[in-house]
Amino acid sequence: MKYERGRVYTWEFPVRFTHWINFLCVLALSVTGYYVGRPFIHAYSSTQYIMGWMRFIHFVAAYAFLMSIIIRLYWSLVGNKHACICEWLPFTGEKLKRVADDIKCYLFLSKSSCHVGHTALGGLTYLLLFLVFLFEVFSGFALYSVNHSGVIWALLGGWLKSIMELSTIRLYHHLFMYVILVFAMVHVYIAWFSDSRDKTGLMGSIFTGYKFIAEKDMKQ
Amino acid sequence: MKFLSDDSLDEGPESMVAIGDKKVSRRDFMKFCTAMAAVLALPETFAGTIAEAIEKKQRPYVVWLEFQDCAGDSESMLRASKPTISQIVLDVISLDYHETIMAPSGKQAEKSLMDVVKNQKGKYIAIVEGAIPLKDGGVYCCIGGRTALDIAKEVCGNAAFTINVGSCSCWGGIASANPNPTGAVGVGEAVPGITYVNLPGCPMNVENVTATIVHYLTFGNLPVLDSRHRPYFAHGKTVHENCERRAHYDAGQFVRQWGDEGHRQGWCLYEMGCKGPVAHFNCPSVRWNGATSWPVQGGHGCIACASDHNWDVAYPFYGRLPKVPGFGIESTADKIGAGLAAATAAGLLVHGIGRAISPKKDKEEGGE
Ligand code: SF4
Repeated sequence: MKYERGRVYTWEFPVRFTHWINFLCVLALSVTGYYVGRPFIHAYSSTQYIMGWMRFIHFVAAYAFLMSIIIRLYWSLVGNKHACICEWLPFTGEKLKRVADDIKCYLFLSKSSCHVGHTALGGLTYLLLFLVFLFEVFSGFALYSVNHSGVIWALLGGWLKSIMELSTIRLYHHLFMYVILVFAMVHVYIAWFSDSRDKTGLMGSIFTGYKFIAEKDMKQ
Repeated sequence: MKFLSDDSLDEGPESMVAIGDKKVSRRDFMKFCTAMAAVLALPETFAGTIAEAIEKKQRPYVVWLEFQDCAGDSESMLRASKPTISQIVLDVISLDYHETIMAPSGKQAEKSLMDVVKNQKGKYIAIVEGAIPLKDGGVYCCIGGRTALDIAKEVCGNAAFTINVGSCSCWGGIASANPNPTGAVGVGEAVPGITYVNLPGCPMNVENVTATIVHYLTFGNLPVLDSRHRPYFAHGKTVHENCERRAHYDAGQFVRQWGDEGHRQGWCLYEMGCKGPVAHFNCPSVRWNGATSWPVQGGHGCIACASDHNWDVAYPFYGRLPKVPGFGIESTADKIGAGLAAATAAGLLVHGIGRAISPKKDKEEGGE
């Protein structure tokens, strides 16, 4: 490319750390959660403990995931501007226009513009994903609270039972796994797509934290 | 009722107790009180307290109303075995009105109901079986020319408290299943402001009804209720928690087809759509028909009969997850999910190809 590029520290350590914890948790939660929903391995002896372990891993990963979300929210307050979840909010005229621009550019209808942090469309996606995560956490604890009575479980999700039927909670808890799966596919694809188009080192940035941005785009 | 058993052989006349105008053997009576303590999840030592209360207290007047129902709860009550209906239930309470089993009929029957309502105002117990239809002024269920709603308002409104037996009177039951043509609701919703206990189930378990009344006689108040007005002693734990097939669940041994090897071995019915994990009921511990069996023991999954709107939300009974609203009857959550993922993969592939063949522009930088 013909522009000078600067190396910009975009994703701070806690952002990258929680990203990968989320990745591992979502992977573990999806596999074990799918098993709980549809037991695909069958025991041949009653001394085995397959469902037991699956549920155990699911619960441990769920706690880890919740902690990761809490760390991420904390870092949103104290981290750099790219870490702030306010970056996700599309509720200004300018942001909404950028969302439209981003969509056009992914559809090859316009040229891309560069951002150091999230694009507007990316931010909006993370906002929606965050809401899905929150629902998974609350509905998960709602289901957990069926057999664990206590204030903690009531606060973490038990209250949902007074709004939704348990079987409905179970259904959506299960369905949103697919939404997360779809997100993951699109997420990796777009990251790769943008990176190979714009050469910002986006794919590497989630490991190292650094993006390579053309001088003229630095102000953004 | 007497059985020729070891129990009855060694009983002298002095070991009989008088309950109301009946005499029962002390031994049977204490057994009953101990069983009631167990159902109520009280320590065994409470059997004495219970016995004292039942012996001393005047039998409460009870009227039994039937609205939109199948009389399944009456059936369940008549099948009470420990204690039998004649042995204890009629001795613990004074059942003054029950359309199905009472001798008088017509005006006479209605009069005995009104006698209790007038003379025992605020003291009698109303037991309601069946849903109350609200649509079109409640015309879909009338008894002696009065609507169910009208009767319930008067009878439940003047009772010390109301026990709703069976899912229909608790939240509408099968009468209120989608599309609910008669606008059926439970008593708690139809007659707001009354004190009531819900004992749902299809039918209710008579042991829980007796235990609720015994609790009232013993402690002078109602058992602790959850947010859906169900007593914790009966609906505090899930079926799954105390299920005898639970070990197979944890192991990962599931029935996969009716009559398969696992089914014959008594493995867990989870994959056959058992709703035990989301249903709160004491079936596994109290069981049915004199504690001989209960659905899961008989090889059929739980259908969450004691959970609100189970006909709509626990459906399909033989599938793990409910149908996804807005999709056809054939689509399960997993089919839809897999379809979604496949569509996404296809979309991304098309996008990738589009990118490869689109004319190279002078592109600038972007971010994600
Ligand atoms: S049969 Fe039903 S209630 Fe029993 S362990 Fe299996 S899923 Fe749970």
